Amino acid sequence: MQIYLPIAEVSVNAFLLLGLGGLVGILSGMFGVGGGFLMTPLLFFIGIPPAVAVATEANQIVASSFSGVLAHFRRRTVDIKMGLVLQAGGLIGAALGVVVFNYLKALGQVDLLVKLCYVVFLGVVGGLMFIESLNAIRKTRKAGGTTPPTRRQRGWVHALPFKMRFRTSGLYISVIPPVLVGVCVGILAAIMGVGGGFIMVPAMIYILGMPTKVVVGTSLFQIILVTGFTTMLHATTNYTVDIVLAVLLLVGGVIGAQIGTRIGVYLKAEQLRILLALMVIAVCVKLGLDLLLQPAELFSLGAMGGH
Amino acid sequence: MRKLLLPALAAAALLLPQTAAKAAKEEVVLGLSQDRVAITATFDGSEILVFGAVKRETPIPVDDPLEVVVTVSGPAPAVMVRRKEKKLGIWVNADSVLVDSAPAFYAVATSAPFDQVLTDTEDLRHRISIERAIRSVGAAMHIRGAQDFADAVVRIREKNGLYSLRENTVAVDEQTLFRTAIRMPANLTEGTYATRIFLTRGGEVVSSYETAIDVRKVGLEKFLYALSREQPFIYGLMSLAIAIAAGWGASAAFSLIRNR
Repeated sequence: MQIYLPIAEVSVNAFLLLGLGGLVGILSGMFGVGGGFLMTPLLFFIGIPPAVAVATEANQIVASSFSGVLAHFRRRTVDIKMGLVLQAGGLIGAALGVVVFNYLKALGQVDLLVKLCYVVFLGVVGGLMFIESLNAIRKTRKAGGTTPPTRRQRGWVHALPFKMRFRTSGLYISVIPPVLVGVCVGILAAIMGVGGGFIMVPAMIYILGMPTKVVVGTSLFQIILVTGFTTMLHATTNYTVDIVLAVLLLVGGVIGAQIGTRIGVYLKAEQLRILLALMVIAVCVKLGLDLLLQPAELFSLGAMGGH
Repeated sequence: MRKLLLPALAAAALLLPQTAAKAAKEEVVLGLSQDRVAITATFDGSEILVFGAVKRETPIPVDDPLEVVVTVSGPAPAVMVRRKEKKLGIWVNADSVLVDSAPAFYAVATSAPFDQVLTDTEDLRHRISIERAIRSVGAAMHIRGAQDFADAVVRIREKNGLYSLRENTVAVDEQTLFRTAIRMPANLTEGTYATRIFLTRGGEVVSSYETAIDVRKVGLEKFLYALSREQPFIYGLMSLAIAIAAGWGASAAFSLIRNR
């Protein structure tokens, strides 16, 4: 069934969009990532104009994250206090990110820099996670199936002032690292047009030392506000949020997120992380090849002034 | 219905009183299956039947056969064309050229091979072929191969089904009746689509006629588009509300299923 999208001004198959939404929704629920880093390139591929794809994707992430976070609330795996601290940093970061984005746009190379950002961050994050989870799995195997009690490292993160107790995460740390993580993710989210979950999740695990089970719910909670903010920004300045496209994606997305959250419960934390790492690496390799190999069509068309 | 309409129309055309007869020896009397295209939610392209007859007072000239060219042209905004180049090992956008005017949609239908129905001079005068329909005067002189950029517009849009040259698709009967079907793809933009009909003999245009097809969004599509431009803040809030509601709805539905 073909549906004409009023803002994107293209006609696409409704079931294709429902399917894409569902697939990305499952991943979103499983890993606590918004799925934007997968969905946005997929939308380009089926012919949605990039500006519309990025803006609408932000709106869809709000829906799938909200659906996912409710399931996590019920299981009490959301650290609300930590989420709010991260969000405070995230909004500052998003505002900074928009300034950086507009500056790059003025230079005329914003597309390239967005892609480079993707390749670098996906590559580093994916690679680190992959190695770490592989080691963790190997250790578990050696220990004969029982997880050895891992002692959290007490490094520089714990030596900073303004300490705060995060009961759900079982942490008593300074608020400076979470705020800084929020700012960094906010900047990247605004530049790359994603929720930032794929950076947030590893940052929470490796920098803040939060337990993996709490990380997913908290990440989703934080993503909602940041992407909601982005949606409003796009809707009021660029008029590129396509509500019909968003509805089709999010109907698939919210159902997928519910299924994904339940699948996530049955997987071990290390398995969850290694799957996410593999996916991140795959997207990184694909984007990297696009930059390195000669494209089939050297020319591209754009509207006046836009990119 | 169409089969009935055509002869009826032709007959009407031939029997018309001789009022505006002196303007040209042969004139187009045109019919369109529809002069407006409504873009609805389930819009999946449209096919417009362009048909008509040639009105004339004198006998049919015997020298060259009558040929017909039909063009449909969408709104023509400026297009920024960028070319990638390899720099430091990666492919980046380098040169760019602003093509002043390139129709969003352009179709040419002819009754015979293009170079038979039209001479180059006439093509130049009336801007009929796809290459001539695109205007690029502002190409910077320092960019080598500026023509490549205009060619790229044609190539990319032909691939997307937006530009097409359809030779031998206009049927001409008895040098009097003609008809063709112009297929318009699903990815149309709103606007006025200029429709031109040229009658040619020996490559020279002997008569032309111009009309317009109106392509407009209707119903929900129109409402949403207008809202997004006129009340962007409300539109944004509405998008968010739908997202939150859908997220909550799915979560509630699933917990119901699970608790049953």
